[in-house]
Amino acid sequence: MSTLKTLNGNQTIAEAVRQIDPDVVAAYPITPSTAIVETIAKFRADGLISGEFVCPESEHSAMSVCIGAASAGGRVMTATASQGLALMWEMLYIAAGLRLPIVAAIANRSLSAPINIHGDHSDTMGARDSGWIQIYSEGCQEAYDNFIQAFRIAEHLDVRTPVLVGLDGFIISHSLEVIQVEDDAKVKKFVGEYKPVYPLFDTDRKMTVGPIDFTDYYFEHKRSQIEGIENAPPVIEAVGKEFGKTFGREYGFFEEYRMDDAETCIVVMSSAAGTCKDAIDELRSEGKKIGLLKPRVFRPFPHQKIAEALKKTKAVAVLDRSSSPGAFGAPLFTEIRSALYDYQERPPIVNYVYGLGGRDIMVEHFKDVAQKLEKIAETGKVEEWLGYINLRE
Amino acid sequence: MAKLKDLASMEDRLVAGHGLCLGCGIPLIFKMVLRATEDPLIIANATGCLEVCTTIFPRTSWNVTWIHSAFENAAATIAGVEAMYKSLKRKGRIPKDKKIKFLGVGGDGGTYDIGLQALSGAVERGHDIVYVCYDNNAYANTGGQRSSATPFGASATTSPEGSQSPGKLQWRKDLTKILVAHNIPYAAQSSPHRWQDLYNKAKKAFETEGPAFLNVLCFCPTEWKYDESQGIRLAQLAADTCIWPLYEVESGKYKVNYKPKEKKPVLEWLKPQGRFRHLFKEENAPILEEFQKQVDRDWEELLKLESF
Ligand SMILES: Cc1ncc(C[n+]2csc(CCOP(=O)(O)OP(=O)(O)O)c2C)c(N)n1
Ligand code: SF4
Ligand SMILES: [Mg+2]
Repeated sequence: MSTLKTLNGNQTIAEAVRQIDPDVVAAYPITPSTAIVETIAKFRADGLISGEFVCPESEHSAMSVCIGAASAGGRVMTATASQGLALMWEMLYIAAGLRLPIVAAIANRSLSAPINIHGDHSDTMGARDSGWIQIYSEGCQEAYDNFIQAFRIAEHLDVRTPVLVGLDGFIISHSLEVIQVEDDAKVKKFVGEYKPVYPLFDTDRKMTVGPIDFTDYYFEHKRSQIEGIENAPPVIEAVGKEFGKTFGREYGFFEEYRMDDAETCIVVMSSAAGTCKDAIDELRSEGKKIGLLKPRVFRPFPHQKIAEALKKTKAVAVLDRSSSPGAFGAPLFTEIRSALYDYQERPPIVNYVYGLGGRDIMVEHFKDVAQKLEKIAETGKVEEWLGYINLRE
Repeated sequence: MAKLKDLASMEDRLVAGHGLCLGCGIPLIFKMVLRATEDPLIIANATGCLEVCTTIFPRTSWNVTWIHSAFENAAATIAGVEAMYKSLKRKGRIPKDKKIKFLGVGGDGGTYDIGLQALSGAVERGHDIVYVCYDNNAYANTGGQRSSATPFGASATTSPEGSQSPGKLQWRKDLTKILVAHNIPYAAQSSPHRWQDLYNKAKKAFETEGPAFLNVLCFCPTEWKYDESQGIRLAQLAADTCIWPLYEVESGKYKVNYKPKEKKPVLEWLKPQGRFRHLFKEENAPILEEFQKQVDRDWEELLKLESF
């Protein structure tokens, strides 16, 4: 039976893990994702899950255990954040290169130095070229829903690519929300049985997995890996629709909020989108024609769809919760600006970096952005393409 | 006791066609180790000579299920495979009567150095795995850099001898004892010149419930710089000089498997190897002396451990 429960983001992930009961969970604690790992350990101790829980000595080994386990032939997940994901970096590429459908919950957190435990997207953005599919969540309900869908996407035979689901550290991982927890059996059925592809356990095959490629084969193998993530969009779409049919909450590549007649638009991902919606409501009541576009899927990046949604607006602000020092804009900005390049008619676009190390972003900050957008829309000019929100300078 | 004739008639699990150097100790070691179980086997191999030279796509020398993922994580990778095996057995998705053995393998670089943490973690967690380190005393695959297994005084490309240096200044890390300190059920040292010793230890390791560790000296003509026909003789000399003692530790109990009737001076092992040539310059005589003393101390200590 579907029930309402008051859970924080970490608990919603753990709850989904209990329902899905992956065959192997291998994870190492780090704030703010620790509670996911602890809760799974307790589920195992209490016999609520029958999969194997491995608590390795580092995140590098956690991802290596995931890789061994997934290659062996079963469903695998992990959870981490920040330095933990950074320590996994080498193995993220290998998981993707070996086409292993591992699912990771990431309680997004800043990267050292300086050390800081709070939420931003530096960790997953640092892994954006690793070959993993990336899905971001606005709140606990989305984290739960995204995590369940992640297995279907990762394991789809046309995709076979690992998926990470981001939930903002503390802001989501530690905040209580009343969420709809779906029926155990229904979730299990939605995720379905795991179908191994070339499992090591088929020992009669005597496979060699992960051999060395020289210049004569590496490029082709990489190309075929890229095909996996290129095949993902229709799968992500179909899984999002089916999820909607089954549980009443449908998902696409992004959410448009009051975008119908919007002249200006703020693009922002994850938890900040919730605050942004409040700001938009207030601005709308003042007669401003502004809307929000909240990307959900960052990899594969839905460039055409986003460009279509934005091309008619008069000004766009892209808000990034990470920085890319020395680059022409932070990650989300560069994607969107580049996506609009092919359109004759395209809005001026500006980048704001916000919320590093968990710094708050509030309604008035979005209103400031809206004001600046209004000016850009009027003049058609971007005076400063990059700004920082709520920063003492 | 296994008969060489019977072992010879077994199918090779590491077959010819690989690109390992002429006279390399690696194939000898693994052809023997892999004969020590007849169960289905899954191997996780760390980056290094063994991995690179046996799996140049689209060819493979492995007649057995094999995976490589990275340099420092063979132990974690095989632990993951074993964890999945336990899980699927419990869930009834692997037949109850299907037995699989799990083997992690790596060189001294992948085991003593960069992979030590993953190995320590895997054996501490008690995975039912065997780990075999082939110790050729160097990062051979990348051209002979020092490792923590490189002997004192050896010239390696990152501890070269020169007018101001007699080569590597540090003593070897004693990895086998580090593994013993993990209180695992079985840890041993072996060498390919005693095929029976190697076979028996590998067999014991595979039959051990829980983690088992085997450290095998692996001669490497390329990095040790000697005439490649002399590998077995050098392995024998390593045992006769007590530089590489053959011993095993079962549930904490030490047993020295080979005690030379007459302990040979370390010079006999050092002399044929180009990596030690500079030690025979007059000014390096104290290094040779120190080498001999340290080997003597280690040997005495091992005999004491056995007599406990
Ligand atoms: C993280 C990482 N660092 C460095 C390397 C480069 N590398 C590959 S193999 C190797 C040395 C391997 O030495 P060892 O484990 O002793 O095996 P051998 O080559 O002697 O067989 C090194 C340094 C790597 N592949 N990965
Ligand atoms: S370099 Fe040494 S260990 Fe590597 S293949 Fe050649 S002989 Fe064997
Ligand atoms: Mg080596």
